[in-house]
Amino acid sequence: MRHNGSYSASPRIGLLEWTPWIIGIAAFFLLPEYLSLGARILIFILYALSLDLVVGYAGIVTLGHSAFFGLGAYAAGILSARFGVADPALQLLAAMAACALMGLATGAVILRTRGLTLLMLTLAIASILLEVANKATSVTGGADGLSGIVVAPILGLFRFDLFGKTAYWLCLAVLFVGWWITRRLIYSPFGASLVGIRENHVRMVAIGSPVSRRLLTAYTMSAVLAGVAGALLTQTNQFVGLNVLSFESSGELLVMLILGGVGRIYGAFVGPVVYMIAQDMLAKQFPEYWSLGIGLLLVIIVLFARDGILGIIDRLVALVRKEAR
Amino acid sequence: MQEFLASLVSVAFHGVAYGMILYVISVGLSVTMGLMGFANLAHGVFAMAGGYILTTSLDQWGLPFPLALAVAFVLVAAGSVVLERLLYARLYAAGELAQVLFTIGLIFMATAIARLIYGTLQQPVHLPEGMKGQFDLLGRDFPAYRVFIILFGASLVAGLWFGVERTRFGAMVRAAVDNRAMAQSVGIDTQKLFMATFALGSGLAGLGGALGAEIIAIQPSYPFEHLVYFLIVVAVGGLGTLRGPFVAALVIGIADTACKYWVPQFGAFLIYVATILLLLWRPAGLFGRAA
Repeated sequence: MRHNGSYSASPRIGLLEWTPWIIGIAAFFLLPEYLSLGARILIFILYALSLDLVVGYAGIVTLGHSAFFGLGAYAAGILSARFGVADPALQLLAAMAACALMGLATGAVILRTRGLTLLMLTLAIASILLEVANKATSVTGGADGLSGIVVAPILGLFRFDLFGKTAYWLCLAVLFVGWWITRRLIYSPFGASLVGIRENHVRMVAIGSPVSRRLLTAYTMSAVLAGVAGALLTQTNQFVGLNVLSFESSGELLVMLILGGVGRIYGAFVGPVVYMIAQDMLAKQFPEYWSLGIGLLLVIIVLFARDGILGIIDRLVALVRKEAR
Repeated sequence: MQEFLASLVSVAFHGVAYGMILYVISVGLSVTMGLMGFANLAHGVFAMAGGYILTTSLDQWGLPFPLALAVAFVLVAAGSVVLERLLYARLYAAGELAQVLFTIGLIFMATAIARLIYGTLQQPVHLPEGMKGQFDLLGRDFPAYRVFIILFGASLVAGLWFGVERTRFGAMVRAAVDNRAMAQSVGIDTQKLFMATFALGSGLAGLGGALGAEIIAIQPSYPFEHLVYFLIVVAVGGLGTLRGPFVAALVIGIADTACKYWVPQFGAFLIYVATILLLLWRPAGLFGRAA
């Protein structure tokens, strides 16, 4: 069910909500040869979750979410490759700090605008970061990408192995924490007020809700989550490419989120899984047809199934229940 | 000093030519966004299509250059009407997110189709002999084709302004931009009006893409790569006006050329920063009215 922010929804974690974690753990043992793909999927789920918080709940349509993903990726990478800090926890913290600052600074100014101007500003900020990463070659490696990243064993115990076992567990654990925090946020009065702002901005101002502060908080939280996802990508790949900041990256993420379903937490889980498994199977053999198919899929979803895969399932379930009655 | 002056003239000249192209491409976006409030991120697709139509009609169909430009305009305008009726029209009432996603989907499809037909390499433009050389003016040499772009663009702008400011059709468009409900209630068929405007705007984008194929390289990544610039022109200029995007396009064309000439290490960085500052100062753009 789409969570609409009302207090009537029970905040307790339902049985069904444990399925992603059961699948996540089972996948580790059942599909050992797909662990690197699995880690990437987990990272993109976290990234999509962060986008869902701003787009799905706060109703801020952004074209520049890759700015935070990329900033997190570069923050962790630069810390290791240029300053020799190999500790994974410090790398994650650095990414979080950088994205919190960036989210706070940019959010404070751009969230005052709406509509086209806001779209434009989010896109411009991502473009600036891309331009900086491209030109500041001595720090970021420019178009060749940033290599020479070293990640020390987690807690001094678990080394990053060739098969991506450690990386997978790290991603799963971090995603779990990210999910838990996001879920708490959404089911709190704060989350309800975000939905209120999405549905009717003017009325929320009128009833005295601190709208700008709420939006800024949500935007910064989302920036931090996206930054963590970026840092995880750096740690799993031990490489950062310019494409983490590109507009295509933001666009692709929007596709994953809408595919799963916007504004319902678990859409951010379903979308990346479906998208990235399909991509893994199809994109390399048929690159042209792949992006043609993605475009077509997006158009069809927008026209006929705007609530994504989970929305379709909801409707099917409702239909079956009606029949049964 | 002499050298500085020469580079100044050169930057201004190339900047104006680039600005003209940006304007011809973006003006339709400004009008459609102002008229229907549709966030059409796929506008660059029309420009790219125009560019491909130009190179194809020059190289494969052997058409003369002016005719190829006309074909680019007509085909893109006709294609856009089909898209508008079949797809865009369903989403006028939808939210911003749906429009954004839908047009991103169109971009994905268009780049894939372009790659399937033409490959990933940029398309060479074979200009007619008369436009290849240099044009001598006041003892300086200017590339003849850019002179043509500036003159052609200027006359197009003049025609467009006359059309919108002095004709009945233009008056109807202005009325609909100002207040759509009111325009509709005095008997203007805003749906048809919008279709015509959309076709004109897209056709102009196609024409701009064709005209500028030599400046803005025609390749499959075109709609993604230059989207920021088209949006900047519209956002800085203001929605629903003709004058705003014109000033914005010229300023951006010149500023971009100047930055790339004098401070290439910054790239487009300064343009983006300037855009952000300007939009924070005037969120509705230079000439837009506050919403």
